[in-house]
Formats: sequence, structure tokens, C-alpha cells
Amino acid sequence: MPIHLTIDDVPITAPAGATILEAARANGIPIPTLCHHPDLKNVGACRMCVVSVKGARALQTACTTPAGEGMVVNTMSAEAVETRKFVLEMLLTDHPNDCMTCEVNGDCELQDLVYDYGVRWPEHAGKRHEWEIDPDPNPFIFIDRNKCILCSRCIRACQERQNRDVWSFAFRGFETKLVAGADQLLLDAGCESCGQCVAYCPVGALVDKMSMGKGRVSQVQKVRTTCAYCGVGCNFDLNVRDGKVIRVTSAEDAPVNGMALCVKGRYGYDYVHHRQRLTQPLVRAKWLDAETQAARLASGEWRLADQATKRLGGRVGSNGHQSPNDSFIAVDWDTALDVVAGKFAQEKAAHGGDAFAVLASAKCTNEENFLFAKFTRQLLATNSIDHCARL
Amino acid sequence: MTNSIRDIAEQSQCIFIIGSNTTEQHPVIGTKIRRAKRQRGAKLIVADPRRIDIADYADLHLQHKPGTDLALLNGLMHIILRQGWEDADFIAERTEGIEELRTLVAKYTPEVASAITGVPAADLEQAARMLAENRPGSLLYAMGITQHTVGVPNVMACANLQMLLGNMGVAGGGVNPLRGQNNVQGACDMGGLPNVYSGYQRVTDPAIQAKFEAAWGVGLSPRAGLTVTEMVHAAETGQVRCLYIIGENPMTSDPDLNHVREALQKTEFIVVQEIFFSETAQFADVVLPAASFVETEGTFTNTERRIQRVRKAVASPGEAKPDLWIIDELAKRLIDLKVVEIDPDAPWADWNYAGPSDVMEEINALTPIYAGATWQRLEAGAQLQWPVPDEWHPGTPILHVGKFSRGKGRFVASDHVSPAELPDAEYPLMLTTGRVLYHWHGGEMTHRARNLAAMYPDALVEIHPKDAAKAHIGPGELLKVSSRRGEILAKAEITDRVEPGLIFTTFHFAESAANFLTNPALDPEAKIPEFKVCAVKVEKVG
Repeated sequence: MPIHLTIDDVPITAPAGATILEAARANGIPIPTLCHHPDLKNVGACRMCVVSVKGARALQTACTTPAGEGMVVNTMSAEAVETRKFVLEMLLTDHPNDCMTCEVNGDCELQDLVYDYGVRWPEHAGKRHEWEIDPDPNPFIFIDRNKCILCSRCIRACQERQNRDVWSFAFRGFETKLVAGADQLLLDAGCESCGQCVAYCPVGALVDKMSMGKGRVSQVQKVRTTCAYCGVGCNFDLNVRDGKVIRVTSAEDAPVNGMALCVKGRYGYDYVHHRQRLTQPLVRAKWLDAETQAARLASGEWRLADQATKRLGGRVGSNGHQSPNDSFIAVDWDTALDVVAGKFAQEKAAHGGDAFAVLASAKCTNEENFLFAKFTRQLLATNSIDHCARL
Repeated sequence: MTNSIRDIAEQSQCIFIIGSNTTEQHPVIGTKIRRAKRQRGAKLIVADPRRIDIADYADLHLQHKPGTDLALLNGLMHIILRQGWEDADFIAERTEGIEELRTLVAKYTPEVASAITGVPAADLEQAARMLAENRPGSLLYAMGITQHTVGVPNVMACANLQMLLGNMGVAGGGVNPLRGQNNVQGACDMGGLPNVYSGYQRVTDPAIQAKFEAAWGVGLSPRAGLTVTEMVHAAETGQVRCLYIIGENPMTSDPDLNHVREALQKTEFIVVQEIFFSETAQFADVVLPAASFVETEGTFTNTERRIQRVRKAVASPGEAKPDLWIIDELAKRLIDLKVVEIDPDAPWADWNYAGPSDVMEEINALTPIYAGATWQRLEAGAQLQWPVPDEWHPGTPILHVGKFSRGKGRFVASDHVSPAELPDAEYPLMLTTGRVLYHWHGGEMTHRARNLAAMYPDALVEIHPKDAAKAHIGPGELLKVSSRRGEILAKAEITDRVEPGLIFTTFHFAESAANFLTNPALDPEAKIPEFKVCAVKVEKVG
């Protein structure tokens, strides 16, 4: 049975079981939240979502109060607004005032609400936490407990989404501390470095360590793509700044994975900019015309690449070709392609299609693989094409 | 996968994982399975020779000996049939060959299955009951099932079990192989296999051959080509003279690497198209620098047959080029050199692809299962799982609904056969191989991802405390593992994740790759090597 209620003078119909928050947001009425996330169970901890309900003795938390038949809700009553301001002020009494240098500046739910409600950072002589910054040596997740607002989204993300139960709160009152395991290091507490806690953190308490100082949200361009590791097909956003991928962020609307990623998908992207990337075609000297080679090497158009291939991580000569004639020369594309095409044509004429075998790639796109197969069958005249599906 | 990740995560009442280290190899699926188990109480059974991470979350861990999957599955089916727990209606309406199965599995009493697998008979009884009482159930497998000389019979046995339980063609059911690589599904779909064109259209079928001859304007070979492992042999004998290797690294990923090295050394001409100077590139005559996935436009197809966009975010370094550009340039040159006679009027004869959308148009035209997966739909965000037979078709999240693709589902039952090589006096331990969370395949990418490499810097060999004590090996000490084919050095990780008599290592590290040791014995039909079992010995070094 649908429920009928009024929110801010707007008559609303909500499905049975909906909370006031869900009913309001489904109808475009904003209610501020910090500890709420649609993927996670509601805990009503932060009190940002308090609203006035006609006939109720006190303000109600919209995220945990079910919408009731005939209910009349005011989301912006003077009392609710004052309470929210008070909540924000209280949070700021124990929060650093360093948005200028904070990693999540412009991407911080606390900062946005403080702005919306016109709250000032309070000067006071009382106690503020001085937790050690980045106390955990793991290479992926940066922890700054001074910025933690105890919303528990990381705890719930790890429990309900990742189902790994790494995070929890220890101690009570002002001493309440977000801890991994029994106040251990993350990796000792069974963390798989999936980074979902970071993805769900509304503030700068948990941050992707690899990306720090490399670009904030206003400085990056996001490009949605599909992961290149396993076959699950997670989608995520490459965060690009100045032609470099500086971070991977998950997206709620990713069809397969939502906010979930694994350590490789979220933190294993930096190989694409590795200094060992191949940047020029390489051809062994014996396949190049000797005169042209001498001239191009002398002019600097081509260069001897043995040193380069060592830098690339390879050991030239381990194929048993030890003569100087087998050095790799870095050449232009036309030369390299002409060498390959010329040799293929010559072998095809002499030995037919059976002389060829092609390994296509599970790492390449569908379109590329289709063309590898077409190339093999149409032009090399063989069906000897395979890839690592069995390996 | 016959089913979708979502329906398994949300609707399976029982999830049976066999031969998949899911939380390490497909971590996001692993997460969803843990969620299914903990948040909605689905049952979880894990069959694996090692106490892998997901086994810690399971209701039941069947720790069977490597290479005994058939005995395990036949044993479970024996109990199901003995108890009358099979889905008689499903079997009668949708399958054939049940009597053959019944006869064969009759031999696999819990006692017999237990003796072969090492799994207590009581656990087999409990597993069978759990499967029977919690339907629909889905079965998930990976290389632990396929990389055996009985890879094909193993897969058939998985299908037999699911048909017996009526778990096919329903949400939350299915036989679900988890594909290891980002686009291994797509590479297969696109005809990157020696026996099929795109969409699994057989090269030996004259009608299919005629269709592609008409499309591409050339005569085509009616014979299936060579598989990876056969290519290596053919290169060694000199039959194959040119190898064109694109984004693959057989010098880490193939079995018996010493043999691969000899074959590569003998090959007349090798072209390697790569993003890094791989172990295989050392044997190349020409190395072509390619673009990585962040520099590429196109599509990947995931393990549940979902076709998804890949988008270019940055420029390639130096002169590296997209694979599509490279193959197109090479093709145009071969056409100019007149390597084949091409009918210029054939609709898809030429090679003038401006980009991946042009190629997708040709894929749509020639590949019935991709016919409706147009670039326009994908770009607009359509979520399509093949088969997508036409432009209006919404895709197929679950296969075999109402009817199997071949009509009736056929039970093909097989007896347990021992692996090709078992431990003996000289090589007394069994080696099984796999992967770890922080690395991927040959490690070409993960070793160059700074923090992944830092998390797992050295090749490790898992060895049981009893075997370590016997060989006087302490934690982290260097040991030499040898088989009849080669040897590697690696550090010992002393753990009861493996049983006594079994050791485990990976092929992520080129210098200590397990594939110097592995046995190239193949499944006769699928030609997949037996990576999961070979005989080795270990010695302490120094």
C-alpha cells in the first residue's frame, strides 16, 4: 500500500517502507546527510537529516524514520536548521581548518554542508584531537583520523559491501577511534586493499594514498572505462590530469560492480605510465638494408636500441643471436611495417599459409581481435590463430 | 557464464565454487558471493585442494586432491540420485542420456569417491544435501576445473550436476566459468581461436566458409588451425616459420618454458606487438609498440557476456600506436604486395577502418550473436549480454531458458582418470599452480604497478609445515623446486593452506615462473595443458 504524506507543503506518494529521506529525495526535495549512503544501512548517527514532523515531540532523523500515512513534514523548520548548524559547529570544533591543502577539497560532503549552512570554523581553547597523520604503512589507504567525523560509512562499507569487517570503532565519547581490527595495521587486520572505505568516506579521513598531491576533483577530467585486469568487467572512472592517469574512482552507476573494485583495478593503474613502456618500433639490424641503416643511424633518425632494450627490462641476445648484426635498431613506423609486410609476403609466397601462426590477445578489444582474426584468415590464409584462453 | 553476476549474487540459494580462487582472482565477484552468504544467508560450498580465502567463509570446504574433480562430482551425483533428489521433471523434459549417467555414477559411492578425493564421505553427503535443499543453486568454476588432461570431462561433469538438479536456465542457477582476463571472452567471441570465426562459427562448416569467403572476397582455409601449444611444437619443427604475437607472453604463460624458448629460438621470424619489452620480445625480430587500454577506444566483453565500452583517456607514450591502427596498416601493405587475390566487390573485403565503430559494423554484419550490439547502442549506454540477435533485442542475461542451444541437454558422463604425472620416488611432491591477489597473469603489468609489486615482491612457494620440516626449510628460505622439465628458485611460505604432499606456486614471476616446471600434457579435445598437477621435488638452497 503506497503511503501519502506532505513534505514542505508538497503532497507526496511513497512506497510502503520508504523513509522520510527516501520519499523526499525521490521527489526532488533535498535533505542534508552525512552518515547516510543509499548503498548502506541507515544508522541515524550524524543528526544532519533531522526534520520537523507535525505532532512529534522532537525532531526526527529522516534517514531512519519511516514515512507514515498522513504525515506532515517540514524539512527546513527553524528548529531543524538550527540543529543542523549546531551539529556542523560541533563537528568543526574537532576538525582541522585546512581545506586549502586538503586532498578532498571540492569533493567533501562536510565542506559543502558547512558552506550551505553558513557555519564558521570555531576558534576555541578546548581540546582537539591530534592523531598521528598517516600512521599506517600500507601503500594504498591514507588515514587522517583528525578529519574523521565518526559517520561509520567506512565501517558499514567494509561490513555490508565488502564483507571483510576490517573497520570498527574503539573506545567511547571523545576518545572514540576508528580502528582496523583490534587497533592493528590494516593489512594485519585482514584488509584486501579494495579501497571501498575510501570511496564511501564523505570527508578527507580516508584518502587514496597514491593520488595525494596529484590532483583534486576540480583539476581532473573523468573518463569512464572498463578494467583491463580480470574478466569481471568492472567499470570505473580514470581521473586524468595533464595527460596522466592520476587516480581511479569507482562509480555508483557502474553496471557490474557499483562502488566495488579490487586492489588491482583501483590501485594497479600506474603501469600505463611506466618508464619501460615501448615507445618506438624496434627491428633487428639484419632485416634492414645496410646502407640505409648506416645513413639513418648517422643522421640520428634511427638509433641503436640495445641499451634502450636493457632499460626496458629485456636482455637482448638471449635469443641466441649474438652477432652485432642482430642488434635492435629503433626505427620509424613505415620502415618497421614494411619489414614485417615484406617478410610476410615473401614467406607466404614461398611456404603458404601454414608457415604462419598468430597469437591474438585477451588484453585487446573486440574490434582489434576481430581484425587480428580477419588478418590471419583473409591475408595470411591460415586458421592458426589462438590466444591465452587456456593458460 | 550461462548466468549473470547479479542473479547469482542476488538469487542463488546455494553457490558451489569448484576450482576458482574467487576472492583473489575475481575479487569483485568474490565480494558479491561473501555478501550473498552473509547478508541473505545463501549457502556456500567451496571445493578446492587449498584452503583458499573464500573457503574461510564457506559452509563447507571440500579439500579434494588435485586432479580428482571428476570423482568428486560423480560422487555428489551418486548421492543425489541415490536419495532421489534429482529434478525428475527437468530431466524428463529437457535432457537426454540420464541412464548413461546413472550407470556411470553408480560406481562412485561415497566410500569410493572419498578414497579417490580424500574428502570425508560425510562431507560429500552433507554437500549433496545442501545442493539439493537449496535451489536454485549456481556452480562457479575457473582454471581449477579446466587445466587438466580431463578438462573437458570436468566441465561436462559440472554441467551434469547442474542439469541433474534442474539448475539450468533459471536465475540464480547455471554453469558459470569465470574468465580470467579482461577480454578473454571477447577474444574468443571474435574468432581468436583456430577452429571458429567470430561468434563460434566453425571454420570446417562449408556454409560458414562460403559466407566469410563472400564477405572478405578471398578463398579461406577449411581446416582448423593450430592451438597455442601446437604452435610452439610446429615452430620447433620448422613448420611454422613466422610468429605474430600480439599482447601475449608465451615465455611466461605457456607450459614447459625451456621447450618454448627452444622453439622461439628456432623460429625464422617473430613479430611481437606489446606495451613492454616482454620475455618473449627478447626473441623477436621486430617489436611494435602498442597502446595500453587507457589509450584505446573499443569494447571488451566480460565473463557474463556483457559488451562494454573502453575509452581513451590519455595519449600513448612516444610513437606507440593502437593495435587497430597497426593491424590496419599491415593489412594494407600486404594487400599492396598482393599476398592474396581479393574480390574488390566483396562487401567487407577492404581495410579502411577509421576507428572501432567501423569494425563493430562488420562484426554486427558477420556475427549473429553480436548482430544487435551496435556501436550506437553501446555508446548510448545499452547493457547488452550476447546473444543479441538484432538491433531491438535486449540481450540475454541467462542462457538456456526453456531450451538448451542444442535442443536437449545431454548428460555426458566420464570416469575419473588420474593426472598425466603423479608424484613418485624421484619427484615425491605434487605441484599445483595459480595466481595471487596482487598479481595478474605473467606479471607484465602488476610488476610495473609500484604498490602491487611492493605488496608481493617475491615469488613464493606454499609448502606444508611437515614437508618443510622434512626438507629442513625455514620460513622465507630459498628453495629449489624441480620437475622433469626444469627448475626454479623461490622463497618458502610455510602454511597449512596446502595439505602435506602438495605445494603451490604462481607464474607471475618470469625468473621463477611455475611454467618451467609444469607438464605440457594436454586435454585431447580442448588442448589445454595440465597446469594444475605435476610431480616435483624441493631442496633447500645453500
